[in-house]
Amino acid sequence: MSKSIKSISNPKLRLEILTPQEIRKIHSATLWIIEKVGVRFPSKRALEIWAAHGAEVDNDKMIVRAKADLIEEAIKHCPPTYPLAARDPQQDLPLDGNHVFVGTDGCGVEVIDIKSGERRTSCLQDVRDISRIADATEEVAFHWVPVSAQDMPPATRGLHEIKAIWENSTKHVQTESIYNEREARAAIEMASLITDGIEKLRERPVLSLMQCSAPPLGHDGGSLDAALVAAEYGLPTGFMTMAANLTTGPATLAGNLAVGNAEVIAGTALIQLAYPGAPVFYAAAQTASDLRSGAYTGGGPEDFLYGAATNVLSDFYNIPLSMGSFATGAKEPNWQAGIENSLSTFMASIVMSDMLLGVGFLHGSRIWSFAEMMMDCEIFSIIRKTLQGIVVDDETLALDTIAAVGPGGNFLSQKHTLKHMRELFLPEFMDRRPFNEWEERKDDARDWALAKARRRLETHHPDPLDESVSNEMAKIIASLEK
Amino acid sequence: MTEELFNKMAQSVLDGDTDAAIVLAQQAIASGIDPLEAITNGFVKGVNQVGENFSCGQAFLPELVMAGEAMKAAVSTLEPEMQKRGLERKMLGKVVLATVEGDIHEIGKSLVGTMLSASGFQVFDLGVDVPAEKIIAKILEVDADLVGLSALLTTTMVKQKEVIDELDKRGLRKKVKVMVGGAPVTRDWVQKIEADGYSEDAIGAVGLAKQLVGAA
Repeated sequence: MSKSIKSISNPKLRLEILTPQEIRKIHSATLWIIEKVGVRFPSKRALEIWAAHGAEVDNDKMIVRAKADLIEEAIKHCPPTYPLAARDPQQDLPLDGNHVFVGTDGCGVEVIDIKSGERRTSCLQDVRDISRIADATEEVAFHWVPVSAQDMPPATRGLHEIKAIWENSTKHVQTESIYNEREARAAIEMASLITDGIEKLRERPVLSLMQCSAPPLGHDGGSLDAALVAAEYGLPTGFMTMAANLTTGPATLAGNLAVGNAEVIAGTALIQLAYPGAPVFYAAAQTASDLRSGAYTGGGPEDFLYGAATNVLSDFYNIPLSMGSFATGAKEPNWQAGIENSLSTFMASIVMSDMLLGVGFLHGSRIWSFAEMMMDCEIFSIIRKTLQGIVVDDETLALDTIAAVGPGGNFLSQKHTLKHMRELFLPEFMDRRPFNEWEERKDDARDWALAKARRRLETHHPDPLDESVSNEMAKIIASLEK
Repeated sequence: MTEELFNKMAQSVLDGDTDAAIVLAQQAIASGIDPLEAITNGFVKGVNQVGENFSCGQAFLPELVMAGEAMKAAVSTLEPEMQKRGLERKMLGKVVLATVEGDIHEIGKSLVGTMLSASGFQVFDLGVDVPAEKIIAKILEVDADLVGLSALLTTTMVKQKEVIDELDKRGLRKKVKVMVGGAPVTRDWVQKIEADGYSEDAIGAVGLAKQLVGAA
């Protein structure tokens, strides 16, 4: 199986979603929010760090108000580029602004069983299966914990999950499911077994930690502590805002961007105050709550705009972005899933978001579908091809060949054709068959995508994790379960 | 005259205008109007109208929430007068709400609280990160008919079961109905922990609560 990873780089298409003046305006609004309204940091350690750097700290309400220059100075320490290391160094991912990498989405609670097709509660074996298929899939560059291992004890679940991924894949692991200091420390110890020591982990971070904010304008205490531990050991960490119009953010898009930006930038500044130069990323999955139910939507034009606008913001701060795309609200792989996942991923990709999360989910990141996973990968491939744009030069204008064929001929037997035909996109899941062939079977993308996932699960054997490493990891987990 | 005041009360709720609702409630007290009548013939009419507008797709969630808040403000303004007259508003039931221990996610739970209180339930909202014993104590204190338990994480969702087990142990399980909610809550989970029901959104939670107290 190929070890290669498919990413988007050097795109020819461009989009100006916000003017430089508009970005400045959102930035100023963000600084105003952090200074005047404040952001909640319910962690003793975080409040102490803020206080030590001269921010105004309300210890009772755990709200921090920081002046613009404190935030702006802190943010300057963020490294603009760094790699996400993989267990197999060939699969390291440069977060350099010129690559878009896709991960598996997370963290779901149900799975459509790959064999029976029944929807059921997710378990550890699902994490193994999904990781193994992702390992064999070149569109997937890294892992999030795809589903929650609900058959494992809650206190160590996050550790069982990352162990399962490492045992089934050589690609980078970014967990969004470790949100307290105790588990974070254990996870780092586990990661250091792969890199052969804690100092080498700093050079080769095979693990990164993503933390969710608690909108509006707040963070979760455990998440803050976990992020600080990650930064201490040089593991990339980032705060994700999911600010949603109507509920956790204003009804207007600019206001919602500012609220989410204040959460992320304040959190990022905290990390830089504690550990200047620690690798950090911006993470976001803003959305609009449904007007009728208030529920998370997981798609729609607002999401598409956020997908493009957020990278402009993270570029302004010169830090990599992990952006929510895909993750349709559709209940099964259908028209809605196709629209939402294509447009959200297109918009986030055209601005070169560094990491996209990610493939595989239905019902707003709650139900894992192996068919959706494979179809999402094809969506990414289509967008990748589209963003390459149209190359215009003597070779691609093909005037000699056009002259050789002349009026009325065809281009099928031309050498130029043979040379370039493989540049054309060949879909795996689009139905281009004659009508009668379809009529005989009436199968479609969903059937083919599922068959592909099943095949991969049966036939792919990932490079095994050293058994002694695996055993040591098990010991670390067991020591926390005593 | 009174009729006109009642219409204004309904309108204040319909507009989600909390300030106006309070002023109108004060006017009612000053003019000696029966506070229960002010609620039933005035403010509740507004709530019902917003509900109807919502059902036919002309009003949206923020309007429901604002109407609920205006209604709540009006009722608490009338509260002292009701006590003075020895009157009590007939409610559909008493609900204790909480986000379970270890979980700080508030919005969904609070939204359910607003919707339930606008629909005629008496709501006791304990906030977030609430340990099981505190929830049980409140249930006993107010003699609750229902308890609503919210969780956003699979790792904290297990605390919903803890509350149910505790109710069981104390022989309260038959008396107190349990509704659960939060993004990771599924039908399988509800069956596994033997809760009485769940809803994926706040509107559904009102229907469920009514059904559980036999008011649907």
